[in-house]
Amino acid sequence: MDKQRRTFLKLAGATALAGLSAPVVVNLNATPAMASAAAAGHGEEKRQGMRLGLLIDMRKLYGRTDLLDKATEACHRVHNVPKIEGKKSEIKWIWKTAYANAFIDQSVNHASKTTRESEFLVLCNHCDEPPCVRVCPTKATFVEKKTGIVAMDYHRCIGCRFCMMGCPYGARSFNWMDPQPLLKSVNPDFPARMRGVVEKCNFCGERLALGKEPACVEAVKEVGAIIFGDLNDPNSEISKVLDREHTIQRNAALGTKPSVFYIV
Amino acid sequence: MIEKALKGNSNYWMWLAFLTAFIAVGAICYLRQFVYGMHLTGMGRDLSWGLYISQFTFLVGVAAGGLMLVLPYYIHNYKVFGRITILGEFLAIASIVMCLMFIMADIGQPLRGLNMIFHPTPNSMLFWDMVVLLGYLSLNVICGWVILTAEKKQVKPPKWVYIFVYISIPFAVSIHTVTAMLYCGLPGRHFWLTAITAPRFLASAFAAGPALIVIACLVMKRIANFDAGKEAVNKLITIIMYAAIINAFFVCLEFFVGYYSNIPGHKHSLEYLFFGLEHHGHVYNNLVPFMWTSVTFCFGALALFAYMKITKMSNDLLVGIGCLMTFIALWLDKGLGFVMGGLAVNPLDEVVEYYPTANEIGITLGIWATGFLLVTILYKIAVKVEHEVEGH
Repeated sequence: MDKQRRTFLKLAGATALAGLSAPVVVNLNATPAMASAAAAGHGEEKRQGMRLGLLIDMRKLYGRTDLLDKATEACHRVHNVPKIEGKKSEIKWIWKTAYANAFIDQSVNHASKTTRESEFLVLCNHCDEPPCVRVCPTKATFVEKKTGIVAMDYHRCIGCRFCMMGCPYGARSFNWMDPQPLLKSVNPDFPARMRGVVEKCNFCGERLALGKEPACVEAVKEVGAIIFGDLNDPNSEISKVLDREHTIQRNAALGTKPSVFYIV
Repeated sequence: MIEKALKGNSNYWMWLAFLTAFIAVGAICYLRQFVYGMHLTGMGRDLSWGLYISQFTFLVGVAAGGLMLVLPYYIHNYKVFGRITILGEFLAIASIVMCLMFIMADIGQPLRGLNMIFHPTPNSMLFWDMVVLLGYLSLNVICGWVILTAEKKQVKPPKWVYIFVYISIPFAVSIHTVTAMLYCGLPGRHFWLTAITAPRFLASAFAAGPALIVIACLVMKRIANFDAGKEAVNKLITIIMYAAIINAFFVCLEFFVGYYSNIPGHKHSLEYLFFGLEHHGHVYNNLVPFMWTSVTFCFGALALFAYMKITKMSNDLLVGIGCLMTFIALWLDKGLGFVMGGLAVNPLDEVVEYYPTANEIGITLGIWATGFLLVTILYKIAVKVEHEVEGH
């Protein structure tokens, strides 16, 4: 049993004791209101209650494209995301892309060599002010009150793709064809989609409910490059790292308040 | 009154058969898309709106263009438009029907369309667009039908219908404003993120709609013995000219903001549309010829109209050509450039170009043909009623 697994189990055990439930990474039943109401910036108010977020420590992933691929594969396998050749119809929840593509508002000219030449993991930012939720005409995509996850109801989505227009991160994919025959293996614990609906990363809501970590976090566990937790809990690991390290977000100037952070 | 559409000469039936052929092809193409899925279109993950939505956007404008007849006639009591106001209302009906068909063709789960009503979502502009489009459609059906029926009976239209006529005026503005708001409120889509989108849409609508009505009037003058009157056509040309100039002015303002601010996101789409966008050593310029055709046609038509006004020349053919050029120019500008240009650069700064497929074009032509069929039938009824009243 390696050290990280032990810390994880200890953490899980502690959470279990605190929340009197099965061992969980994030206790979805915790009482909210841990967030301070202190205003930040231009009177911006913090979302009350739990707000799940994710921090990618790229320092641990430079030169490890194998790990980036592993995270993508793990996520896509767990969520029944088919592999479709070609850019046109592809579906992706988490994928790797160059610095210039991930951080279009950052200068590339004088970025460090490592930054310039490395690939970055990008995924849905689970924004605090999600434009996709604002534009959806059927509430098929919505913010889960308890966790702050931007979730999808695949059975309500009419496939208008307005959310794909609204998302400034290109995080959403549409099922241009029936995805089910294209799946090599099917995970029976997660629904496969039908054609004509939009899908995207769900922060592994279904795994969190079972006390598991998100699939990408687990996939890169060996280097501990992704930290997942409650941004509004000052005692969570992610909050502590955010307090300590300088992080950046993708296109934060748009006011979407992304919940995914990067250490570059 | 519908029975009036069932009598016509062989040209009338041949024209309907011609349109029906397109509708049949469109229906088969749609059936294919319905059964096999949307990957039969040229749209993809990055360019996830295409021909359908851009036609929808343009046709909302054509529908709103009817306002340029209704407003002078009912508000300013401009009697010259008396004979043709009904044409504006009927064109609006056909255009909105086309709009709704394009929306249905575009959504991935058309059978779930009613979710828009079962789960109304006031924060979505698409919800409001549905509300104002259905509202405007109903208003035009009520006003058009009641007023035409009254004309047929040679009595004054009932007073209550004027309430609907007056309500339809702000509704015409609202349909295109809300359609602009689908685009102009999205963060990260720089080309669309401009407050001038709605005024620009309205300006181009007030040129494109009347242009189509003038063409219809000229055609009906030749084949249906229906004369809209020289003064009415002249006045419409003036309206078209002003609206087209205002639209061109707004486009120039976009150029100023993009190029003077020098913000890449604001420039990229304009560069892509008009000059070709260089990206990693490759120049993307698919739409450049279309956009310059649009510019040429727009200013060509304006010059032609201006010449005819100055020399007081009267030539139906030249008026028709000018209107057709205006209509095509604005279709290229809004029915093609606006949507594709805005999507050319994706949120991850990759450039993607769009090639509509044959199946997609088949559906698009089918829906246009349905609209033309509807316009033909409605205009046929309107003209027959006028002839009856005038005792032809």
